[in-house]
Amino acid sequence: MITARKLLGALALTTAATLTAACGASGTSGAGTDGANATDVKLRMTVWTSNADQLKLFDAIGDAYRAEHPEVTSITFESLPFADYNTTLTTQIAGGNAPDLAWMGDLSRDLIASDALVGLTDKLKATDGWQYDDLADSATKEYSRDGTLYAYPFSNSPFALYVNTDLLAKAGQTIDPKTLTWDQVAAAGAAVHAKTGKAGFVIRDFDYKSWNTLATVWTGFGAAAWSPDGKTCTFNSPEMQRAFTFLHDAAFKTRAMPGPGTKADFFAGDAAFTVAQVSRASLLTGSFKFGVHPLPAGPSGRHAVLGQAGVGVLAASKHQEQATDFLAYLTNPVNAAKLAQFFPPPRKSLLTGAKLAQNNKKLSAAQLQEVVVDQLPNAVTLPNHTSPAEIAQKGKTALDAMWKPDADIPAVLDSVCAAIEPILAK
Amino acid sequence: MHYWTTRRRDVLTGYLFIAPQLGGVVLFVLIPVGLAIWYSLNKWNVFTGKQTFVGGDHYAALASDPQLPSVLLATVVFSGGVVVLNITLGLLIAVLLNRRFRGATFFRTVFFSPVVVSVVAWTLVWGFLLQDNGGINGLLRAIGADGTNWLQHGDTAMLSVIVSQVVRSVGVNMVLFLAALQGVPSELYEAARIDGARSRAVFARITLPLIAPTVLLTAIITVVGALQSFAQIAVLTGGGPELSTTVLVYYVFQQAFEFNDIGYGSTVALMLLSFVMVLTLLQWQLRKRWVFHEQ
Repeated sequence: MITARKLLGALALTTAATLTAACGASGTSGAGTDGANATDVKLRMTVWTSNADQLKLFDAIGDAYRAEHPEVTSITFESLPFADYNTTLTTQIAGGNAPDLAWMGDLSRDLIASDALVGLTDKLKATDGWQYDDLADSATKEYSRDGTLYAYPFSNSPFALYVNTDLLAKAGQTIDPKTLTWDQVAAAGAAVHAKTGKAGFVIRDFDYKSWNTLATVWTGFGAAAWSPDGKTCTFNSPEMQRAFTFLHDAAFKTRAMPGPGTKADFFAGDAAFTVAQVSRASLLTGSFKFGVHPLPAGPSGRHAVLGQAGVGVLAASKHQEQATDFLAYLTNPVNAAKLAQFFPPPRKSLLTGAKLAQNNKKLSAAQLQEVVVDQLPNAVTLPNHTSPAEIAQKGKTALDAMWKPDADIPAVLDSVCAAIEPILAK
Repeated sequence: MHYWTTRRRDVLTGYLFIAPQLGGVVLFVLIPVGLAIWYSLNKWNVFTGKQTFVGGDHYAALASDPQLPSVLLATVVFSGGVVVLNITLGLLIAVLLNRRFRGATFFRTVFFSPVVVSVVAWTLVWGFLLQDNGGINGLLRAIGADGTNWLQHGDTAMLSVIVSQVVRSVGVNMVLFLAALQGVPSELYEAARIDGARSRAVFARITLPLIAPTVLLTAIITVVGALQSFAQIAVLTGGGPELSTTVLVYYVFQQAFEFNDIGYGSTVALMLLSFVMVLTLLQWQLRKRWVFHEQ
């Protein structure tokens, strides 16, 4: 029979084991470097692409590096699903299984603020032929702190307006890309919807959830989600009210934009316009005639918006030195030119329409010059802040009240600020 | 005196028999619960691995969390809806399919088949059916009715999640009830029939008391299952619109793995664990009042 004493003993043992395990888990930050003399180094880099051609290119660059560095016995590119990328990466880091290198998007601010990334500037500047000065300032801004670069911005894809000219013609609509405004896009989109039943304009990936993509619209209205220092919410500014009034009208009055819960894929021919990154041009199948232009002008003029991805070395890596050396190799001028076939590069020397067109089968040199090269110098990035997931979720929860026909727009925008301001202030 | 007495040998055999299960409980229940308690007392920077002891800060934050009332309400509505519908429909279908008629086996298979479908695949399909220009509204339009935007309004979003969950899982309860119904001695029904009892009385006085242990079992597993439902919410609504479908388990996931606040997520998880334990104990105690067939 189990006595109370035995029961207490077992409980104490379990508690001790638990606390021991907990203390062990807390010691996962023991990152470090094996130094230059390490052998049998296995590097792992997490990526969110599963594109076979892109992975093949990474593997080829990895193989070439290993041929010159026999101490690195393997370089693995671990493809994680985009939707769960941040969660998976942070879980790996928290679980003591951090990769050596990682792609990053909106998680970069948190990683940099937590000193979870290795500074790259000194290494890249010291690498022969790397040409650090070739990097465009607009591209490196988001991944820098106090003059140090923490991630190489290998993909700088401006958002562009794609137009299905076949659908516009069917609805008897014409546009002038040089002077195109958001109001004209909405008017033409509404006419297309009324005449053909297809959608007018779609902000790709927004789907009434990922509200940060709406920056492609509100930037043209002179609005911003928060102040430049990231501490004050400006979501309820008059400019933002005007931008959301435009979007609300498009969704519920003119029907220029598909309403909540309605799917329309521009690249399948379901919409007249879409706002998407230039890199999405690969989705064009030739089933309709198209045009691609810089984002339309809003009341405050024409502004370019950029989606970025960077690659950095995690401080938790056991092989920081080798990982940083591989990153310098992966992004040197020769390999940067190879990566440019998929990702708009940050190097000024590669940023010409003609050079980009050498590897882009969908867009012409003139188009690439106009929608990529000419946009990059003054482009702003999508809203980026520490705690991006919490800001995104709390903002989304508040913004859900916007997507009703009778929404009180100023009140909803106030509620967004009330929801995200405590996170901004952290 | 010899150490290995028969009694000691029997005790050791007993422990050896339960050792695998006990090992599993320690490894997958006690240690994780202990870790959750430890994490709830710490602030964990997941990017650097640094943990700082914060004592009861997370518990204080939980007590003043402005989102918690909405999350608890959504949890109660979702779990209540799923449990009530699952048990009543499961029992109703089982009673109907317990009769002998042509095609009974086919219908049993139809009602049970969603159980074996992957929950994510099942929910994705429901997502397409429920969208504004989806299949359900298409069917409604075909018969001249106007469908609503199911997943965009709080009430209908919750209803949609409950219905998709119940349709998928009602087959489990149906099978359990069927097995229980087939265990009811037929001579009791014959005696009732001879005495002139009506169907409703037979069901209330004979069937229900005799299948009460199964009702208790299904009630416990359905309540626990409902409180643990995650994929349906994550895939179908993402907890929205607003917080209307953010149930506790989804809130735990958000806090711990999306917002990287493992400490606070663990605190909410412990609250959920205490709810499950209290509800299970409550049902177990209440069995004395309404389960008549324990021997």
